[in-house]
Amino acid sequence: MTDAAPTKLRVRGINMVFERDGVRTPVLENIDLEVGEGEFLCLLGPSGCGKSTLLNIMAGFLSPTSGEVTIDGSGVTGPDPRRVFVFQERGVFPWLTVEGNIGFGLFKLSREEREQRVAHYVSLVGLQGFEKAYPQELSGGMKQRVEVARALAVNPDMLFLDEPFGALDSITRLIMRSELLRIWQAERKTIIFVTHDIDEAVQLADRVAVMSVRPARIRQVVEIDIPHPRDFSAPRYLELRDGIFEQIGLAHKV
Amino acid sequence: MNLLVRLRPVAFIAVLLVVWQWAISRQAAPLLPGPLAVLQGLGELGQSGLLLKHVVASLFRVTWGFAAAALIAIPAGLAIGWYRRSEMALNPLIQIIRPISPLAWIPIAILWFGVGDMSAIFLIFLASLMPLTLTAINAVQTIPNVYVNAARNFGLSHAALVYRVLYPAVIPRLIIGLRLTLGIAWLVVVAAEMIAVNSGLGFLIVDARNAGNRYDLVVAGMVMIGAIGLILDTGIRSLEGIKSLRWGYSDD
Repeated sequence: MTDAAPTKLRVRGINMVFERDGVRTPVLENIDLEVGEGEFLCLLGPSGCGKSTLLNIMAGFLSPTSGEVTIDGSGVTGPDPRRVFVFQERGVFPWLTVEGNIGFGLFKLSREEREQRVAHYVSLVGLQGFEKAYPQELSGGMKQRVEVARALAVNPDMLFLDEPFGALDSITRLIMRSELLRIWQAERKTIIFVTHDIDEAVQLADRVAVMSVRPARIRQVVEIDIPHPRDFSAPRYLELRDGIFEQIGLAHKV
Repeated sequence: MNLLVRLRPVAFIAVLLVVWQWAISRQAAPLLPGPLAVLQGLGELGQSGLLLKHVVASLFRVTWGFAAAALIAIPAGLAIGWYRRSEMALNPLIQIIRPISPLAWIPIAILWFGVGDMSAIFLIFLASLMPLTLTAINAVQTIPNVYVNAARNFGLSHAALVYRVLYPAVIPRLIIGLRLTLGIAWLVVVAAEMIAVNSGLGFLIVDARNAGNRYDLVVAGMVMIGAIGLILDTGIRSLEGIKSLRWGYSDD
């Protein structure tokens, strides 16, 4: 599905060791990964395995102990507006309205262009009527949409999403997933999405990179060869999901 | 209903005043003037223009001392809090100066500035400086990292980061600090005026006692101090209702 796409991001030999009070904790071990242009990749692993650390390294917020990340062929040295990181809804600025948040990164545009762009993304994420509302007045799902819209508004070529729907209830989460897919299909960004939820990964991604417990390695990259919209009860869906369950070493019975 | 809730504190104060007056009337040699006598004293001071003169003198000193402290302490505190190393370097000094009562500086204030406005202003300045600095340090240190990272991600310059993220993020806490510190400044002005000057509400209280045991005027001065304190506090509190700041005050 993405074989033909040129490589967007390449991770080579990343190792990350945290040192605290003289104790060395290896977090990432020999990570190699390639992500194609326009691809939707999920980093899947248990909580605390280091997948967020890997995402922060890719986004330029952390420097790896060794190894390198290149995007479009040049090394990543810091965060960049061409690649926007979406935090959980915590990242919305509470002192700005919905409009103010979505327009936050558009300071280089003229006022007119900015207003147009903001209006476009307000409607893309379905927040019409809430332009003047402050985050405090919004639900968790709405705040999450503000963050996604704020990221998309600067027209980045990549999005990094760190368990963006983790704090939402399960119904809102499903809605947000299909909204994200709709937006992704409309705008064709390269998306790297961190999650610990196997179903979420199989529902969303072109490929799922399954990570081990700490120190994290990439155990396997699973291609999800099902077209969207995906049927959660189709045999192929269940087969892929169960394969990942086994890969992680879980029997899927409670 | 709402009006009734609002009137409750007023009603409570009225009850206390009645009890006060009643208790005074049962005493042969009163330990305290009654509320009516105090009211009379206030009227007397108001008519002679002395009340306004003393209130203005006190407010003048608080305004200058407090404003000067805010002007220095807030930027300094924000910078100290932002650069972790400078906080580590300066913290011991701050902790040494902090427990020294501003009133301990009175002799030095008089030595430097003589008896007059400058001494009182200096004392209020000192009293406000430390709490405001600590508030600013704390405010900047408690900014969630995610705001700073988000701002960096959008490519903000250093100046824009300060103006568009640090500043709005610390404002709610700064307002709380300003409010508490203004209370302290108002406490200190009275003490400073008792010693270093010959006007202001603090002076009124000492003078009323010295010049003929006019305890009705002493209590009148105290009532004025309380009333103005309440007005100042209400003024700053009203800022907390501004929509873009409200996030900093409620938990819902």
